[in-house]
Amino acid sequence: MDNSTGTGIGARVRRKEDHRFITGKGNYTDDINLPKQTYAYFVRSPHAHATIKSINTAKAKKMPGVVGIFTGDDIANDKLGGLICGWMIHSKDGSPMKAGPHPVLAQGKVRYVGDHVALVVAETREQAKAAAAAVSVGYVALPHVVDVADAMGAKAAIHDVAPDNRVFNWSIGDEGATDAAFRNAAHVTKIDLVNNRLIPNAMEPRAAIGSYDTGSESYTLYTTSQNPHVARLVISAFHGLAPEHKLRVIAPDVGGGFGSKIFIYAEEVACVWASKHIGGRPIKWTAERSESFLADAHGRDHVTHAELATDSNGRITGLKVHTKAAMGAYLSTFASCVPTYLYATLLSGQYNIPNIYAEVDAIYTNTAPVDAYRGAGRPEATYVVERIVETAARELKMDPAEFRRMNFVTQFPHQTPVIMCYDAGDYAAALDKALEIADVKGFADRKSAAARSGKLRGLGYSAYIEACGIAPSAAIGSLGAGVGLWESAEVRVNPVGTVEVLTGSHSHGQGHETTFAQLVSDRLGIDINNVAIVHGDTDKVQFGMGTYGSRSGAVGMTAISKALDKIEAKAKRVAAAVMEASADDVEFKNGTFTVKGTDKKMAFGEVALSAYVAHKFNSAEIEPGLKEAAFHDPSNFVFPAGVHICEVEIDTDTGVTDVVNYTAVDDFGNIINPMIVEGQVHGGIVQGIGQALAEGCVYDKQSGQLLTGSYMDYQMPRAANVPNFNLAFTCTPCPSNPLGMKGCGEAGAIASPAAVMNAVTDALDVRDVPMPATPHVVWKMLQPMKKAAE
Amino acid sequence: MENFNYVRPAKVADAVKAMKKAKDGKFMAGGHTLIPTLKQGLASPTDIIDLGGLKNTGIKIGAKSVVIQAGTTHAEVAASKELKKAIPGLAALAGGIGDPHVRHKGTIGGSVSNNDPAADYPSACLALGATIHTTDRKLAADKFFTGMFSTALKDTEIVTAVEFPLVKKSGYAKFPNPASLYAMVGVFVAQGADGSARVAVTGAGPGVFRVADMEAALSRKFAGSSLDGIAVKSKGLNSDMHASAEYRAHLITVMAKRAVEAAK
Repeated sequence: MDNSTGTGIGARVRRKEDHRFITGKGNYTDDINLPKQTYAYFVRSPHAHATIKSINTAKAKKMPGVVGIFTGDDIANDKLGGLICGWMIHSKDGSPMKAGPHPVLAQGKVRYVGDHVALVVAETREQAKAAAAAVSVGYVALPHVVDVADAMGAKAAIHDVAPDNRVFNWSIGDEGATDAAFRNAAHVTKIDLVNNRLIPNAMEPRAAIGSYDTGSESYTLYTTSQNPHVARLVISAFHGLAPEHKLRVIAPDVGGGFGSKIFIYAEEVACVWASKHIGGRPIKWTAERSESFLADAHGRDHVTHAELATDSNGRITGLKVHTKAAMGAYLSTFASCVPTYLYATLLSGQYNIPNIYAEVDAIYTNTAPVDAYRGAGRPEATYVVERIVETAARELKMDPAEFRRMNFVTQFPHQTPVIMCYDAGDYAAALDKALEIADVKGFADRKSAAARSGKLRGLGYSAYIEACGIAPSAAIGSLGAGVGLWESAEVRVNPVGTVEVLTGSHSHGQGHETTFAQLVSDRLGIDINNVAIVHGDTDKVQFGMGTYGSRSGAVGMTAISKALDKIEAKAKRVAAAVMEASADDVEFKNGTFTVKGTDKKMAFGEVALSAYVAHKFNSAEIEPGLKEAAFHDPSNFVFPAGVHICEVEIDTDTGVTDVVNYTAVDDFGNIINPMIVEGQVHGGIVQGIGQALAEGCVYDKQSGQLLTGSYMDYQMPRAANVPNFNLAFTCTPCPSNPLGMKGCGEAGAIASPAAVMNAVTDALDVRDVPMPATPHVVWKMLQPMKKAAE
Repeated sequence: MENFNYVRPAKVADAVKAMKKAKDGKFMAGGHTLIPTLKQGLASPTDIIDLGGLKNTGIKIGAKSVVIQAGTTHAEVAASKELKKAIPGLAALAGGIGDPHVRHKGTIGGSVSNNDPAADYPSACLALGATIHTTDRKLAADKFFTGMFSTALKDTEIVTAVEFPLVKKSGYAKFPNPASLYAMVGVFVAQGADGSARVAVTGAGPGVFRVADMEAALSRKFAGSSLDGIAVKSKGLNSDMHASAEYRAHLITVMAKRAVEAAK
């Protein structure tokens, strides 16, 4: 697949979209201004949990520039539906999950600091903000709980439907068989882990412009969405704002999402709804960064106890996991599937584990909602598996790499005890390559050298597996999903042979304008600059499921590939008619149609023109035009996997951990653009290093306030915090899609926290260090060791 | 942000006059603390008197001291070849303040007047025994910094320059807050012309302070090993989610050693 000079599959093509982005010419929601536009500001709850006794807007309504103020009463009077959670989870006892109401503006109660209470619309942003400060809300504070570990059965009952704050108690796997495996185990390793809560921090904050056209009685919503069609479906079908043909959702350039822009949020819905109530004037809202901290859906926040059983040969015989997963104050759009089907189904890791049982309690807390964040459940699963496997190897005094190797799955397909059926992989190949690149053999010398300069050096592995392209639709439907996760594509060939691809995927940093064009270039033999990728507008693209879970390659591009098959077949018929040959004799290669055994040929552009001119074929037999569509519903998930090795050095004087070496060997199947894939891996690893060493969302137990509400207190990873990465790939093509692709968007973030923390615990020679392992945390861990040494 | 009157006088006297006239005025130097404060609604002065129009910048190296005009940016201080020779620790400190944006807007006068407990400059002023020149008087640094965000400045008084005596050696070591990169603990050490040492700590307490034990030890011998076994008490130091008082106390000794080792 070496195509380093071309623009087809496998070529390191520079991203077509980057020039526009880096020269400030992108078109983001906040760049768009509509005639007669107004501005929104939200009144938010200062309390973690309180009853609303009164909302007085009289003074605020008289403030300069105020156009309208809306509260939960207005929402209720207009019968605008609440926010929904789109995946039904049933508890072990068969009862459905306990979803409390989530109104677009609070009704009677607020449940976290930042909860949306009122919408103020004014002529300018400043006027809206000033008037919002003048809205007087009477609160009666209620007991609150912010930590998931304490929330079940706490005094604070956050929703009436769940008096003990438990949303569901779900399980997977065979409990009896797993218990039996533990009874027969030669050794049991136990570990308690906290997967720290993270705040997403996309570069572009959320934004929206909602408008209502009084003439056509239709709504338009510009929004920072990863999946505009799903947003339209939900706002139409569940909020009941308008039927789908009267609602257009546009997600233009979007500056990063990491999952946080999948969800349908209150602010965006409120803006588009309220526009009708101010005579159709557009309402723009752009989140301030502090609002993003407060009110974007957060990620992770698990507390887990896990046990691993091994036999006398060191083979894993069972895994038991119990996880408490925070949901926050409300169930966000896909919150319920993250700690269940996206998490526990990956607990087999890369290993042959005959018995697995996992139980998950999803729990309300008085915090921002928790939902999918880069990796969504799979980083949490990898963290459990890779930390306990590493710990078991240390307890058994086995080499952690060899302990992994002897437990690897080696036969495919491999059915795990937790739903997943791994289709292809070669885990040992990735391990071998990683051991070599990371020079693990030389580690002991590097450790001694570090010790001489007063540093502790540690090495950690993470052999991760993940599942992308959640599918097939019928299967996930049976597990509770409210939607199907197929993808659509439409390929429009213009008369001059240029191509527009309409895709239901959405790019918010992934580079689809380049990689999707590479596929078309490869298939049709045309220049990538003659291919335009159209996405993000429900009036242009018929339907689509958006971009998350690394699905746009395996699912979105497969849909394009299927549409291209149809284009090729139709074009062959046109070419055959024009060249007076049988369609069976027409061959298509490198952009040229030829007739077998003759010197007749036509370029792709000529065939396109012929299809539209329609002079040279019988329109009763061949329809004019060249445009085809396809929907692709995958037959299985795809399973990227790999081995990451991290080396750290710890300064014992300060507790500072430096990541000094990082190797990642990933199997993403076939790769369209290695440069873009490497960029995705880099970004993912940095995010994972951020989780391991820097980022940690902290709510104050006493007050319920968000303590890490800005970059003054929430540490994002910086370039200086990461080393150069050593990347390499192995390849077992995915058998379930014609391109043989897997997914690469989340792998780095999934693998790296465990690799880093295994290295940190190795350096300190301790069982666990809580994430984020900040200098302060590490220094505290070092103190008893220093005392012991003295 | 509330509306305010904005003036940018060209003369110091006019700046003082404008402040006297203002109901609730604020002087603004680089503005990199004030403007975020305004945006967050944490301050809403009636008048902002922008000192940028005074154009009082420049570094003058004398026989016994260095005078830095109040309007000199951190970037200018960091880049000064003469200062790098005269007081290398001070130039190095300026080069590590904030980020490039801050260094090109923020000024030494603004920094010492604001006296943020996590700012870098106050430690240099105190450790070097600087004299703060104002529109009204000259004040020793020991008298100038009076606590968290507070100084001996009167409401209408403006810092015009900071004068640093030349020393034998100077060095600064900072342990930044991992999130904000402000000094969580910053220690400036100086060995004076007469051989006596001064040690000043920023970030760790409610305001910049000196450490007598360390000064005594370093006056005897200006070497990192002189600080072995000298611990600062944690009582009274800042404690927050980023660092306990004990951790800060520990870091003071570590950073002091590193500052001595880096001193030139």
